[in-house]
Amino acid sequence: MNIDTANTTAINRLMEARPILKGVAPARDVIPDMKDNLILHAGPPIEWARMSGPLKGAVIGAMLFEGLAGSETEATSMVERGEVEFDSCHHHGAVGPMAGVTSASMKVYVVENAEHGNKSFSNLNEGYGKVLRYGAYSEEVLKKLHWMNDVLGTALTDALAASNGIDMRALIAEALHMGDEGHNRNKAGSLIYLKLLAPLIAKTMKDNAAMSEVLQFIGDNALSVLNPVMAACKAMTDAAHGVEGSTIVTTMARNGTDFGIRVSGLGEKEWFTAPAEIPVGLFFSGFSQEDANSDIGDSAITETAGIGGFAMATAPAIVTFVGGTPKDAVSATLEMYEITFSESKFFTMPVLDFRGTPTGIDLRKVVELGITPRINTGIAHKNAGVGQVGAGLVRPPLKIFEQALLAYAEKYGL
Amino acid sequence: MTIVKWNVRAGAYYDSVVLMQLQRGLLGLPGVVDAGVVMATQANRDLLAANDLLPENIPANADDLLIVVKARDDSSATEAIGKVDELLARRKSSTVSEDFRPRSLSSAVKQLPEANWVLISVPGRYAAGVAREALELGKHVFLYSDNVSLEDEIALKKSAREKGLLVMGPDCGTAIINGIGLGFANRVRRGNIGVIGASGTGTQAVTAQIHNLGAGISHAIGTGGRDLKSEVGAITAQQALDVLARDPETKVITLISKPPSPEVATQLISTSLSTGKPVVIYFIGYPPPARKIGNLSFAISLSEAAEIAVRQVSVSGKWLSVNSRKGYVRGIFSGGTLAYETLLGLQASLSPIYSNGPITANQNLKNPLKSEAHSIIDLGDEFFMVGRLHPMIDNDLRIRRMKQEAADSEVGMILFDVVLGEGSHLDPTGELVPAIREIQASRKDIEFIAMVIGTDEDPQNIQSQIDQLMQAGVAVFRTAAEAVEYISLKFSQQKSDQFPPVNLEQLKQPLAGINVGLESFYGSLISQGAQAVHVEWRPPAGGNERLANLLAKMRK
Repeated sequence: MNIDTANTTAINRLMEARPILKGVAPARDVIPDMKDNLILHAGPPIEWARMSGPLKGAVIGAMLFEGLAGSETEATSMVERGEVEFDSCHHHGAVGPMAGVTSASMKVYVVENAEHGNKSFSNLNEGYGKVLRYGAYSEEVLKKLHWMNDVLGTALTDALAASNGIDMRALIAEALHMGDEGHNRNKAGSLIYLKLLAPLIAKTMKDNAAMSEVLQFIGDNALSVLNPVMAACKAMTDAAHGVEGSTIVTTMARNGTDFGIRVSGLGEKEWFTAPAEIPVGLFFSGFSQEDANSDIGDSAITETAGIGGFAMATAPAIVTFVGGTPKDAVSATLEMYEITFSESKFFTMPVLDFRGTPTGIDLRKVVELGITPRINTGIAHKNAGVGQVGAGLVRPPLKIFEQALLAYAEKYGL
Repeated sequence: MTIVKWNVRAGAYYDSVVLMQLQRGLLGLPGVVDAGVVMATQANRDLLAANDLLPENIPANADDLLIVVKARDDSSATEAIGKVDELLARRKSSTVSEDFRPRSLSSAVKQLPEANWVLISVPGRYAAGVAREALELGKHVFLYSDNVSLEDEIALKKSAREKGLLVMGPDCGTAIINGIGLGFANRVRRGNIGVIGASGTGTQAVTAQIHNLGAGISHAIGTGGRDLKSEVGAITAQQALDVLARDPETKVITLISKPPSPEVATQLISTSLSTGKPVVIYFIGYPPPARKIGNLSFAISLSEAAEIAVRQVSVSGKWLSVNSRKGYVRGIFSGGTLAYETLLGLQASLSPIYSNGPITANQNLKNPLKSEAHSIIDLGDEFFMVGRLHPMIDNDLRIRRMKQEAADSEVGMILFDVVLGEGSHLDPTGELVPAIREIQASRKDIEFIAMVIGTDEDPQNIQSQIDQLMQAGVAVFRTAAEAVEYISLKFSQQKSDQFPPVNLEQLKQPLAGINVGLESFYGSLISQGAQAVHVEWRPPAGGNERLANLLAKMRK
């Protein structure tokens, strides 16, 4: 068996994947094995007792939203009685930012990989402030979620149905030339997204006041496109998973307690986990490092697919995250080439003479060089419901890569 | 008691990250308790309100920059607001970052694709791995590290030879390529003398002396101290000889080594004979076979090696033509000392060589009656003398031995002495030449060489003896030294075409190097004006051997 050949196969599948945003539909209708009492969450699988504040809050919020429970206490006791099941989004082709909590009635984006046929899913982005993905579940949060499901979700469903779908690979490529890195900065991508949706929404929505609200909501939220981008990255990395002998990392995800990775040539549900680290970064007014929760969210799927922190060089507006100068941003990307197997054919960076982004984390290189992937991330408050307190940088613990290497050696008899 | 001051800048857009940075700057000012710097969107206003930082009735909308400072007193707040422009303009010049330093050889190559050399000075147990990677990437290797195993050295050099690449080292201290010193090297002018050194300080001494004598260096190629050991077989030195022989800038080659293994020295000397350039050889502790053999000069010290090399630059040499004769030479001597001197001369370039009067134990011919490979036989030895006349009187034994040698299809040359004078046979050639002609009838390919010792006053008429030999096509020499030189050149080894040659054009390109290990070597390349990249090297897997071993198995 030749590992380089296996990795080339995996990387080609990742790059040739053609994620098309096809529609929006209730999770129960589209996500495989979705059930009414099943709640999906970000990161590797985790049981209730070990969940962090924001994830627990989001779970309670989802149960209230679904009507499974009438109150926080009821929700908690239902969970404790085992009446609710949990599973990792990744086991169902799904991803979600921060808590990543997705329940059966929630509307989700459906992305289809036109090249290989696999599908991926992600919930709708709620914007800033008090939001479920940071563990908030107040009346106001639930009200917004219902509006998103009923008004925004319906508008998106109809608009996308009236189109041939949105080519997410092209959208990401364009946004990278406009100062986005696709994870912490999605301003340009969100505007492109709005530009693509607006005529479709205008064609399909009858109620002008509601249409205005919808367009305003998408346009105001610089993270609008984050969720479809994540689903696109998920479609790409899933296409690269399961290649016999490959050492390419196909998932990096955090549940607020553990950081987990999966590797292409290892098992479908074989996670390597260790306690997630606390991101270091810049904080909104009134918050500091002490408020930060351990790293959380599936959004590291962007880095896994070769954008986000890996494409830092192309996002000079947010260089403060990496030390302050555009040169530091370039160095951040150059460092990631050290641990990737290839360079993207489609995602390029003008500042590096249109070099492709570092793509396909190679387990071997991470362990050999002791360089872990850089992940740009939002920072959640450690208490449920407070919300985002800042943004910064985090790296996964090196030892999960070492564990994965040992598991690889065992599986392949090295 | 705190006071809140605010400032609104209409239509000023900043990315939120810049604003968070500004906010952090404001928080660091004296007397400031809290600060908020945001684009005044509804969401951001809510956030400020939640932290008790939103004054009432602020006339700002989503496109405006809102700056709010909460301070202990009025003057602190006013001062802080006044600092906003300065903080926004502040460049982080104090933290100017360095250029990115790659952590692996492969990314260093991407950063400097024109790099043709990799300098390696990491701890020995990691050095072979790095060298292997460099060769895989198609780069020549300067391997300063020591404590590399002999097996690794052999494997590396064999693999380099397959690719037409050089591995200088391990334990190579010095080299000068295209005027750029690698490792420890003196600053010497460029010139026409190429140096091949299996000794770092030896190379330094010779190159410095050449410079001091007014000449200069084309390239000085190091080989590492073990290259001339029999296990390694001078792989690098042979490649270096070949490339310097092809380099028009190199007029003279100087070859220096600590004591080489005799058979390796023999091969190198033999190859040197066919370079077509003056080659000055100084093998410390190795007996020089002569002052000169053809284009070769043998020095007896480092400084003399330099002096001879410098003298040779201006001399246009003419040497006996060389060719690569196949087969073996068999010397059938009547004179013991002549046999011994011939053996001493030939052992420098012919291998293996045997004799019944060996100089070293491994030259001992098992059975004096049966020659092997190259052989020098003294028929005057006691072994042959039982019940016989000395071969200077009786040619019978020599003729029979000559016929015996000629019957061996592997024999290509037969050498014999003709010792004239009082007491000797009165017409030795009269008996020898008919035998030679008889052999020639069936073996036209055998070349005969005669060493005629005598004077014009000897009773045999030396001129007629020589004439008879020459008429039979025998090459005649009057001294052993001349015969040795002729034979050495005849049997010199042409370079083998088995392996791709080192690319001369590539060697002559401006040196660009990737340095892995001692940072001072990188600094030295830069200060000499060479392009270079330094790899921020760490032991693989942080020195965890179990993981490193696994990684080694997972390389492909």
